[in-house]
Amino acid sequence: MIEIDNVSKHFVSRDRDRVAALANVSISIRRNEFVCLVGPSGCGKSTLLRLVGGLLPVSQGRVVIDGRPVMEPRAETGIVFQSPTLLPWASVLDNVLFPLKMMKRIAPDSADRARKLLKLVGLDGFEGKYPRELSGGMQMRTGICRALVHDPDILLMDEPFGSLDALTREELTLELMRLWREQPKTVLFVTHSIPESVMLADRVVVLSARPGRIAEIVPVDVPRPRQFGMEALDEFQRAAGRIRRLIFGAGRDVLH
Amino acid sequence: MQPAGSVGSSSAQGATSSTDPRPLPAWVLEIVLPVAAICGLFLVWEATCRYFAVPAYIIPAPSAIWTETVSAPSITWHTLVTGKTVLLGFMASALISLPLAVLLTSSPLVAAAVYPLLVLTQAIPKVALAPILVVVLGTSELPRVVVTFLVAFFPLVLSIASGLVSVPPELIELGRACRANRWTELWRIRLPYAVPFIFSGLKAAIALAVVGAVVAEFVNADAGLGYLIQTSTAFFKVQLAWGALIILSIMGIVLFQIIVAIERIFFPWSPGIDKPTV
Repeated sequence: MIEIDNVSKHFVSRDRDRVAALANVSISIRRNEFVCLVGPSGCGKSTLLRLVGGLLPVSQGRVVIDGRPVMEPRAETGIVFQSPTLLPWASVLDNVLFPLKMMKRIAPDSADRARKLLKLVGLDGFEGKYPRELSGGMQMRTGICRALVHDPDILLMDEPFGSLDALTREELTLELMRLWREQPKTVLFVTHSIPESVMLADRVVVLSARPGRIAEIVPVDVPRPRQFGMEALDEFQRAAGRIRRLIFGAGRDVLH
Repeated sequence: MQPAGSVGSSSAQGATSSTDPRPLPAWVLEIVLPVAAICGLFLVWEATCRYFAVPAYIIPAPSAIWTETVSAPSITWHTLVTGKTVLLGFMASALISLPLAVLLTSSPLVAAAVYPLLVLTQAIPKVALAPILVVVLGTSELPRVVVTFLVAFFPLVLSIASGLVSVPPELIELGRACRANRWTELWRIRLPYAVPFIFSGLKAAIALAVVGAVVAEFVNADAGLGYLIQTSTAFFKVQLAWGALIILSIMGIVLFQIIVAIERIFFPWSPGIDKPTV
């Protein structure tokens, strides 16, 4: 569904130097596949996500979704950012409806759909609250509902749980897996947590340090539905160990 | 820092202060204490004037100011005249500042061209400009409104502009991901985000508008509190001059509080960025 074809991206820094962020990245992602991007910080994983989202232009190569090259943000793509990025002046319900309003796609049943999504993530009863009245986890849940409200076929997530505490993080990981099972979508998920990537993904794309290149694409054979506790499975350990070795080099997997 | 995060931290401060042993209710802090402090000031003033027998032409006692001011003819008229100039100048600065700030932030090219002109208007001393404006525009109310506007609008433009550009980049990306064009982005994201900044600018502008109106009246007026201060000091009616001064201060406070109230009523989510929290 998503073809990332020999994509390179460089930025021009203030002193006019070219800084390479990504070099010759090719990935082919199937419909409804869950793919995680993992790599050391500064390896360009967020950049790759933005290229797929059409928020940044590629410098070389191309990103093709359903046969069409991505030139600008697609209506059928949902994005979840690192911070919840909610509008402080809008209620939870209005925040979730925001993409529909922006794209002028508000329909009579839009509010119902938003409410259903909020219920799905356990936020029923919070529709009228303002973002500042919510905890970090609840804000992130609202952000996820917002990304799903227009029923996109692609969901891009940029370290969405990075700023949350460990418990909320596990909770939201489970919720995301449940959401994905109930409403399958093609998900591209950026994270710097190796266990998180193995827990979530069908395949983990490991990027090397700057400029980001694909070190390896690691398939995860852990059976679904997944739950915490499966970390002990051989399949989990194999995948996590492989990713760790790719990032840190051999010898570090003992620390685990 | 994200807006939600910064609001969260300020509410966390609220939570700690509410664990104080005896929290005072909001109306005591916001109304009773300020009023009591001002009454206290006037009491000390009155007592000092009487105890040291300060001559009225140096500093008159509040009671003398009161009797002279309320018995002065057409004091209400003067107040209304000044109030009108203040409000017209203030509204002009609000109406002009908003599009000007949008223009300033629209592109670096426009900013580079317009910004020096703005600075130029600020470099001109308004008191010096006022008599020239009277020659240009005639002895009507217009030059007074223009001076008021010139004094008040600059900080307003700056705070609206800084509000428009301080939108977190992720919020702008969100707009772009929702395929917003520049106008929807401005209308749905940048302007609402700038609301606390706009109000901070409006509060500065209303205080400056009072200053501007009085400066303009000093130069050219046949009515108004600034005119009253000038004429009454010329005739050593010091009590009346002080009275006009106090009315001007009250006018400033009332107008300021009206803006605070508008912000609280219509934009309750706005954190009120310029109120220092202790």
